[in-house]
Parts: sequence; structure tokens; C-alpha cells
Amino acid sequence: MRELRIHGRGGQGSVTAAELIAFAAFEGGVYAQAFPAFGVERRGAPVQAFVRFSDEKIRLRSQIYEPDYIIVQDPTLIGDVDVFKGMKAGGLAIVNTEKPDFDSRVPEGVKIYTIDATTIALEELGVPITNTTLMGAFAAATGEIKLESLEHALRNRFSGSMADKNVKAAERAYNLVGGAA
Amino acid sequence: MLEFMEGSHAVAEIVKRCRPQVIAAYPITPQTHIVEDLAQMVANCEIDAEYITVESEFSALSACLGASAAGSRVYSATTSQGLALMFEVCFNAAGMRQPIVMTIANRSLGAPLSIWNDQQDSISLRDSGWLQFYAEDNQEAADLHMIAYKVCEDHDILLPAFVCFDGFILTHTYEPVALPSQEEVDAYLPAFSPYQRLDAADPLSLGMYATPEYYMEFRYEVDRAMQRAKQAFIKAGREFGERFGRDYSALVEGYRLEDADTALVAMGSICGTAKDAIDEMREHGRKVGLLNIRVFRPFPAQEIADALKDVSTVAVLDKNISLGNGGAVGIEVKTALYGSGISVYDYIIALGGRDVRKRDIVAVVDLAEKGEGDIFYGLRTEVL
Repeated sequence: MRELRIHGRGGQGSVTAAELIAFAAFEGGVYAQAFPAFGVERRGAPVQAFVRFSDEKIRLRSQIYEPDYIIVQDPTLIGDVDVFKGMKAGGLAIVNTEKPDFDSRVPEGVKIYTIDATTIALEELGVPITNTTLMGAFAAATGEIKLESLEHALRNRFSGSMADKNVKAAERAYNLVGGAA
Repeated sequence: MLEFMEGSHAVAEIVKRCRPQVIAAYPITPQTHIVEDLAQMVANCEIDAEYITVESEFSALSACLGASAAGSRVYSATTSQGLALMFEVCFNAAGMRQPIVMTIANRSLGAPLSIWNDQQDSISLRDSGWLQFYAEDNQEAADLHMIAYKVCEDHDILLPAFVCFDGFILTHTYEPVALPSQEEVDAYLPAFSPYQRLDAADPLSLGMYATPEYYMEFRYEVDRAMQRAKQAFIKAGREFGERFGRDYSALVEGYRLEDADTALVAMGSICGTAKDAIDEMREHGRKVGLLNIRVFRPFPAQEIADALKDVSTVAVLDKNISLGNGGAVGIEVKTALYGSGISVYDYIIALGGRDVRKRDIVAVVDLAEKGEGDIFYGLRTEVL
């Protein structure tokens, strides 16, 4: 079983990202589970959402403390929250930042992928909501979900031009990170 | 076919396919997504039901009670303080023998205010005459609604039921669920055939005043129906298994109990985490198993005694507390095992949404095997 923890701020779509990544993984033929860190939703407050991937039915219900993967939607979180806490050696972190040399304590053995998802989201969607962009980066960095499954998940969730824009944002990130990986 | 969806949506979809004719509910976290989905289905004419919007949970269940007495299949859902507000109506619904099915998205009770999960709400209504079923995952949560209608509407039973699933932990989790089609649900669950109904042409009264010459017999009849509900559940659960491949004929379900020395006893979603912890303990040679209590009312005392007869130690995980006397499940398991010589320890755990990890399950087993129990597990002593 592999585990993903998504760090964001209320309003950035972390919970939606967890749902859509898990949906895409399920479409790709594995068991998946997505759930939020349950709480009182407050715009701007640090939030977490979780995804598990497994070849077998998933029974475990605890939150995720030792993730294989993390996604950080907002680099300003890194000062407030220990986003890398508990990460497994060999883990992958996908961090939205325009400054790849951000100051942080990255655990040994954790590989970091940085991407300026905010700029991509602003260009493609017109709003700084980075969740769908970061899904593309996650797909390329980890291989847990296929790009076509992700597209299907996005088109299942959004319709019309909104779907097209989100797919484009995810594809741009996928290609950027895929080139780097 | 497995589909990927939120637990609340799976429940709303299967409730729709059970064809309730009247739905009345008041939204409350974490039940909200279920009733929002159902309200939308009614508005979209996907379901031929009347959705009665009400100003409180007391009115929601009162509307269901009246509609059920008039001969309709009815549905409601609530949690926590909402269920507390229904307290009076719950006893009336059971006493009037109305087969109402209500989902409980299990949540703690205030004060202090908490929106998070434990099972204090439904457990606190254990004496109300409602059947109580607890789901381990969202598949079971959906399936138990079909079984609940079948059992409740059986003319030998005629009692209401709670289908309980853990708030947030299941209601807000997306995972794969297989939902029977409308045709399959219809074949399993025929249209509601009321035993009696309010009818202006043939008047009757329900819930009337009973003098001391009659009251006890009414209560006795409810208790007898409760006892009969065990067999009705087994039958309905077996038929469900024959049709859909998921057998629910067991009131309690064992996991790796065959050669176990220590058995955990639990209800609801914590059983999933416990199973994973048990697998890891087994890899280290520890003979641990689990008994999942699926049906808490009627209480399957004999089935529990039979399932646990070969273990030496039992650790009950209670996501509730009967303040002043420990966890409700622990109290009843101790009664069921009275005289067996088995050591039974109770652990109050995960109240108000405190997360439970595999290592917590292992720690409880360690405590039980050392003979330390009947405690709150995992207290933060630094804030006491």
C-alpha cells in the first residue's frame, strides 16, 4: 500500500484533489481510498487530505502519518506545518513554488519535485487554484495514476470549457515534471 | 460492478433504490451529504418520494412516524444532537411498531461540542426499541439499508432500525462500492406492505394511553419482536448473500479467531484498522483475532459467547461511555461471557474523533494481555 498526504489551505481544493487522484487510481485498476482530515472548514487555514493506493481492498482508517508521497499546494505552509513529517525514505514530495530553492528541512532520501503550479493555474484557469495542476505533476512524478485516467477524472468532475482548462493545466504540469523525471 | 464514490453518496443511492415514499430529515454534520443528495434526487424526479423539509429533528422523525403510520415506506438520517432531539419520537416509533429506517452518521454528543466521530449517539438510544446495525465500511453501510427495510417491515418484527456508520471516517470517505441495480433491489425488497395503516374509512388509533393493566404487555411484545429480529436478520442477510455475493447472515463476524488467545471486540469502521493490526501481530506470532458486532440490537449475547468460547482474554473497544460504568459494549460483552472464566477488559477509545492507528490496537492488546483494562485508552495526561 502506498499513501499520499496533501497539504493545502482551505479553499485550494485539497479534498477535491484527493478525491480525483483516488478516482483516477481506481479507474487505473487499483483499490483507492480518499478522505479529508476532518474538521471545520476555514478558508486559508492549513488543511490535509489523504489518499491510499493498494492492490488489495483497503481496510485501514487512520489518518496518514508516514506517507510515501506528499503534495504541498502552498509553499507558505512549510513554515507553519511540518509537511515532511514522517515521510518514508525514498518518498516523493511535489511542492508548488516559484522558488525551487525554498528553505526547508527535507528528510534524507526524499526526492523533491518543485513546480510553479500557481503560474500555470493562473494562465490556464485564471485563478490561483493549483489542485488540478499538481495532480498532473503527481501523475508524472509517481506513476500512481495515468494521465488518461486523470483526464477522465477531471472530465467526470468538471464540464465544458472548465474541464478543458483543468485538463490543459494538468497536462502542462505532467509534461514539465515528466521531462524533469 | 465497483464504482468509486463517497460513503454518503453510496447510502443516498441505495436509499433511493429502496424506494422510500416519504423522506424527512434535518441536515446536521456529518449526515448532511446524504440528505442533500436525496433532496436533489427528489427535486430531479429521480425518486418518487415526498421530501418534507422540517425545522428540527423532532419534526423530521415525527413526520416519518406519521407517514409510516399512514402506510408509507419512510426514511430519515441524523446524528449526535439531532438524534438526541429525536429521543421522545424514537421511543414512540418503536412502541407504535413503525418500520422506519434511519441512517445514523455516528458522532459524539456535546458538551463539549464536537462534530467528530464516536458512537455515543446511537448507543445512547440502545433501550429505545430500535434495531441497531453497525457498518465496517461503505459497502456494508449501503447493503445494510436494504437488509434493514427487509427486517423492519417483516410482519413478525415491525420495528424501526438505525443503520449506523461512522461520521466522517466513512461518510466522507471515497472508496469503491458495488451498488445493486434498481431491478436487483426491487427483486430483493418488494414494495412496502403495511401490517395496518391509518385509514379514515376504517379508523384506528396508535400510541394511545395504556393503563397499568396493559402497558407491560406492550413492552413485552416489543422485546419479543426484538428477539425475533435476530432470525429475521440472519434470513435477510443470507438471502442478500445469495443474490449479491456478500453474506450478512452473521450477527457477529469473527476475523482470525480460530486459534486466537486474545480477541478484540469492536463495532464499525475501527474493525478495518483492527484487522490490519491483527495481520501484523500474527506475523509476529501473536494469536489475536477480532469479533465485529454487526448487530448491537437485538444484542447477540449467545452468538458472542459461542464465538469467543476458546479465547482466554477479550479486549472490547468502546467508542462510547456509559458515564459512571464504562463502555456500553464492554458491559454487555461481560454479561454475555459471565461465568466463562474469560478475562474481559474494556477500553474507552477514540471519543470525539481521536484517530486510531494500528499501533493503538497493538497497545490495547498489550494492555489486555497484561491484565490492565477498564480504562480510557490514550488519555493526554498532560492536559488533565
